[in-house]
Amino acid sequence: MIALLTRDLRLALRAGGGFGLGLAFFLIVVVMVPFAVGPRADLLSSIAAGVLWIGALLACLLSLDRIFALDWEDGSLDLLATSPIPLEGLVSIKALAHWLTTGLPLVAAAPVLAVMLNLPPQGFMPLIISLLLGTPALSVIGTFGAALTVGIKRGGLLLSLLVLPLYVPTLIFGAEAARRGADGLDITTPLAFLAGITCGTIALLPFASAAVLRINLR
Amino acid sequence: MASLWEYANPKKFIATSDRVLPYLGGLALVCLVVGLSWGFWFTPEDFRQGHSVKIIYLHVPSAFMAINVWIMMLVASLIWIVRRHHVSALAARAAAPVGAVMTVIALATGAIWGQPIWGTWWVWDPRLTSFLILFLFYLGYMALWAAIEDDDTAADLTAVLCLVGSVFALLSRYAVIFWNQGLHQGASLSLDKEENVADVFYFPLLVCIAGFVFLFLTLVLLRTQTEIRARRMRALQARERLG
Amino acid sequence: MTLTVQDISVARGGIAVLEGVSFTLTPGHALVLRGPNGAGKTTLLRAIAGLQSTLRGDISAPEGGLVYAGHADGIKPTLTVVENLAFWAQIFGTTHIDTALAAYELTALADRAAGALSAGQKRRLGLARLLVTGRPLWVLDEPTVSLDTHATGLFAAAIRAHLAQGGAALMATHIDLGLDEAEILDISPFRASAAVLDSFDEAFL
Repeated sequence: MIALLTRDLRLALRAGGGFGLGLAFFLIVVVMVPFAVGPRADLLSSIAAGVLWIGALLACLLSLDRIFALDWEDGSLDLLATSPIPLEGLVSIKALAHWLTTGLPLVAAAPVLAVMLNLPPQGFMPLIISLLLGTPALSVIGTFGAALTVGIKRGGLLLSLLVLPLYVPTLIFGAEAARRGADGLDITTPLAFLAGITCGTIALLPFASAAVLRINLR
Repeated sequence: MASLWEYANPKKFIATSDRVLPYLGGLALVCLVVGLSWGFWFTPEDFRQGHSVKIIYLHVPSAFMAINVWIMMLVASLIWIVRRHHVSALAARAAAPVGAVMTVIALATGAIWGQPIWGTWWVWDPRLTSFLILFLFYLGYMALWAAIEDDDTAADLTAVLCLVGSVFALLSRYAVIFWNQGLHQGASLSLDKEENVADVFYFPLLVCIAGFVFLFLTLVLLRTQTEIRARRMRALQARERLG
Repeated sequence: MTLTVQDISVARGGIAVLEGVSFTLTPGHALVLRGPNGAGKTTLLRAIAGLQSTLRGDISAPEGGLVYAGHADGIKPTLTVVENLAFWAQIFGTTHIDTALAAYELTALADRAAGALSAGQKRRLGLARLLVTGRPLWVLDEPTVSLDTHATGLFAAAIRAHLAQGGAALMATHIDLGLDEAEILDISPFRASAAVLDSFDEAFL
């Protein structure tokens, strides 16, 4: 299991591994927003938390199809499926690797981009905490979507269509926590819901992902 | 007594549904004509909403069906996963577009109703938003069916998606309630008599709902027959190729 | 460590391709599947590897004793030869990759990125993976594709050594490896008669 994780991380960091693409996309989305809505500082600071959440979500979505597609194309997935690692473990590791290479850098970059969007000072901590709690759920749900579409050629658009509705609860609670934090309100309730969703998806969704992967390999 | 599972045989299903279809279609037509004309011309106007209240006879039944079609798909998917009866997988597939159209009707009539009453076509109210999300789930479900060539793989994958999607749809429902308290009135129909619409609107509404249910059954049976025949055609072609 | 296949039928794309296949493979033996293209060799091997289900029949393979190698080698181009092998060794809980490198004459290429290998070298790396898994039963689909005569000889030697250690190999190949221990099973007689469709599609006709 550790071997699989280190391999995936190493592959992501080597040339063509796609590490940093999500981060760059996040940057671009956030930079585009002021061009679209205008440079007024008060307007930007009121939408900053939401924009950062949607940017992080889209950046996460962008890198989902890589989770299984490469292993599928070169036959590794067949070989891994017949190896001693259970498929449930395989999909969990894949989700973890995706979070480490995409989710975690996004969390780290968010405060920097938040400065550019005039996020109020009291909003930084809630933003980081909500992203830290929410992005693992995005990775786990995304892994399910990637497992569903692994056999489909050019399934990227379909993957987005399937995954985005599943992201709704995470986005609502995560962005709600970040927004309330920016307004200086209490954030415990949305954070508790967000943590609940993250724990629930981590505990249950790998079984569904493994099931659909098994169907797709057949 | 004959088991319900006998209808899992495609031939038996087609034969039986052929017999039932004219009656179901007729019932749908009668209920819709009676219910809608009763509702449109023989009920009083609401003292606050005026004649715009009459869109309720389209709005409520379609919203009711939008949710129930998804539940029917969930049940059919479970039957497919547990007992692997192919007709039930095809029935789930057949129901999805009908459910999606019901959702669109509910959203569109809601917007038309909302304009004069709330003064806006669209608000990000929990109910409206939930229906919008439900519509997205229908789209994803149909897109997945369409994207996969192998019939059994498609049936398996969409069944799992339907299960997982149901959980997330429910989560979304609570999330949007938390997110925005909303303008939408309470349920028009519920077991709690206090909350219900007045009797004078209630009875034609029930007839309309019955009409929508029959309409849905008719459409789903027809579409399932089509799916079965399409599948049969593919099976015949496959055999042809083998020679 | 005996593989027993009893009266199995397998389907590809909803159409049965093979019916009533039975054989037994005991330790120290190799079984070579022969048959024209499209006869169902790959489907049969995938079913035995557990990657797809059978329509009928029983497969009793030793639990945790099987390793499968398909058409694709599962090699990551950005990892070096050693990294690729070490990964599979870790997955299967073994450590000795040096003997595997030596067996396929890959030692000199050990630190080269796998993406820079030729097709034949990649294939050798894919076959070396079998050695690091330490599994007794090899299930191989066209293992000699893109190997030259010399490399084919290396492969035959590896198989022979594996069988001598009490291993077994089931493979689909057209090349005569010069293995005395190998039995040949022609699967064309098992071709599904009159195009049997799988149970569901039959219900439609």
